[in-house]
Amino acid sequence: MSTQYNNMELMITIAARNLEDGAVVVVGTGVPCAAAMLAQKTRSPNLTILFEAGGVAPRLPAMPISVGDSRTTHKGIKATTMAEIMEMCQAGLVDYCFLGGAQIDRYGNLNSTVIGDYYRPKTRFPGSGGANDLASLTWRTLVVCPQSPRRFTDQIDFVTTPGYLTGGNAREEAGLPKGTGPYRVITDIGVYGYNETTRAMELRKLNPGRIVEDVNENSGFEILIPEEYGMVDPPTEEELRILREEVDPDKIIIGRG
Amino acid sequence: MEELKTGRGEIFTEMDSDSMRNYFRNKNKKLVSKETTVKEAVSQYIGNGDYIAIGGFGGVRIPTSVLHEIVRQGKKDLGFSGHVATHDCQILAAGKCFNRCDAAYIVGLEARGLSKHARKVFQSGDIKVTEWSNAALSWRFKAAAMGVPFLPARTMLGTDTFEYSAGKEILCPFTGNKLLALPALHPDVAVIHVNRADVYGNCQIDGIIVADDDIAKASKRVIITTEKIIDNEEIRNDPGKTIIPFWLVDAVIEVPFGSYPGNMPGEYFSDEEHLLEWLSVENDEERFVEFLEKNIYSCKNFNEYLMKNGGIEKMRKLRRLEKFI
Repeated sequence: MSTQYNNMELMITIAARNLEDGAVVVVGTGVPCAAAMLAQKTRSPNLTILFEAGGVAPRLPAMPISVGDSRTTHKGIKATTMAEIMEMCQAGLVDYCFLGGAQIDRYGNLNSTVIGDYYRPKTRFPGSGGANDLASLTWRTLVVCPQSPRRFTDQIDFVTTPGYLTGGNAREEAGLPKGTGPYRVITDIGVYGYNETTRAMELRKLNPGRIVEDVNENSGFEILIPEEYGMVDPPTEEELRILREEVDPDKIIIGRG
Repeated sequence: MEELKTGRGEIFTEMDSDSMRNYFRNKNKKLVSKETTVKEAVSQYIGNGDYIAIGGFGGVRIPTSVLHEIVRQGKKDLGFSGHVATHDCQILAAGKCFNRCDAAYIVGLEARGLSKHARKVFQSGDIKVTEWSNAALSWRFKAAAMGVPFLPARTMLGTDTFEYSAGKEILCPFTGNKLLALPALHPDVAVIHVNRADVYGNCQIDGIIVADDDIAKASKRVIITTEKIIDNEEIRNDPGKTIIPFWLVDAVIEVPFGSYPGNMPGEYFSDEEHLLEWLSVENDEERFVEFLEKNIYSCKNFNEYLMKNGGIEKMRKLRRLEKFI
């Protein structure tokens, strides 16, 4: 395949393939939203997209700038409260949440609150927003972000959003709903899952053109490499056409790739 | 048995449901006109030190006119609920109006980037912050709206977000499972912008409600700005559309384009150029001071701010953007 694409287009395409038809997903703006839109326009026309601010199942006419702007309810089936969206997550009615990049550790815990001391932070970031809730309460958490040793680090200063916490059964022991947790991490290098027992991150698939050494050269912690892993199929002409022409014609997201 | 944990954060607001009941008992619930001006509402209903909650979603359906007036009147030492606080947080940070904050989402403007000035304010160490998540703040308002001191939930457990919150781990009295107890949040003042209201304060909202139904019930005083005033008969023709009923409301002000530069669902889209200009001038202390002087301090009212930023022509453009014309 000679088709050219950038890292952002690759990650969005892989992410879209992870959202099966008929599923219910809460997305944030940016890459997660682009992936959900692409999924709807390709293999998952009956993917139900929710936004934490209250938008339910819009026909997205363009990429939202805010997870609460009017595009998130355009031709939707309901415009509601944040509490109702979160309550549906807590009740087990939402399959996936799709979170963007932040610092991530080997158990899928995310930091989007502070770098440095909490009371005198070197850098203050927005905080949880809805991320903690969505990762606590939906069945499966998907994370999509470019990979680097700074971002993939066991030195995260603050656990804003729960992954598998300290691994093993820590999540359930903390009181989080049973059977929930991180599911996939999609990066420019590969697709990762979590070991069934230890709950540490492990390779599932390598992206096209990548070699297995790239995985740990671009991570601050050791990602497990199982004996068997797959290869990601490159984006098809059709996926790229829809992404470029229909999902993000202004190149708001894919232009960053 | 493992010890149940308590977050180390501070609770900034009234916790006693009975004292809130007594407050609400004595509130004037008569069907009378509450029409006033932005200036009057801010000086009458918002005092230094009060805890305020802003309706809408940061840059969507926000009461910009009141936020600017709070800055203009130099209100100080406010408490603030950062329940997806984006442009609203940025405005109040510009005026250095608050000294404590319940933070679920602060200092950012979502896909637009981070506010350098708001970050500086929060990084100074001068602001007391208690950490929460969006659902946690929504449910804290809901507990207050229900008249109960707390609600149980299954979020935030096991994280630093919990550690720096003021939540408590509890055991479910029925199943014995671990839960998070979220304390009710009763603001002193709520400020909410709506699509339509009558002079008594009956409010209709188009699009997402976010937490505004509960915030209105949770707060001691409620200031409403509305795109337009409608007749009470219009409210009565479609009672299912009323999100906030009149007796919760203390002040009603008609402010067309009142969410500008934010988005107003069904009316106009956000002014991205202006929001990006705001973010960019924050990188230069001198330009930022001039920018605030021009857009807030030297404006005698909200209309002057609109006129300085393109007036009717700009509003027409944003209306078309909203409707994809």
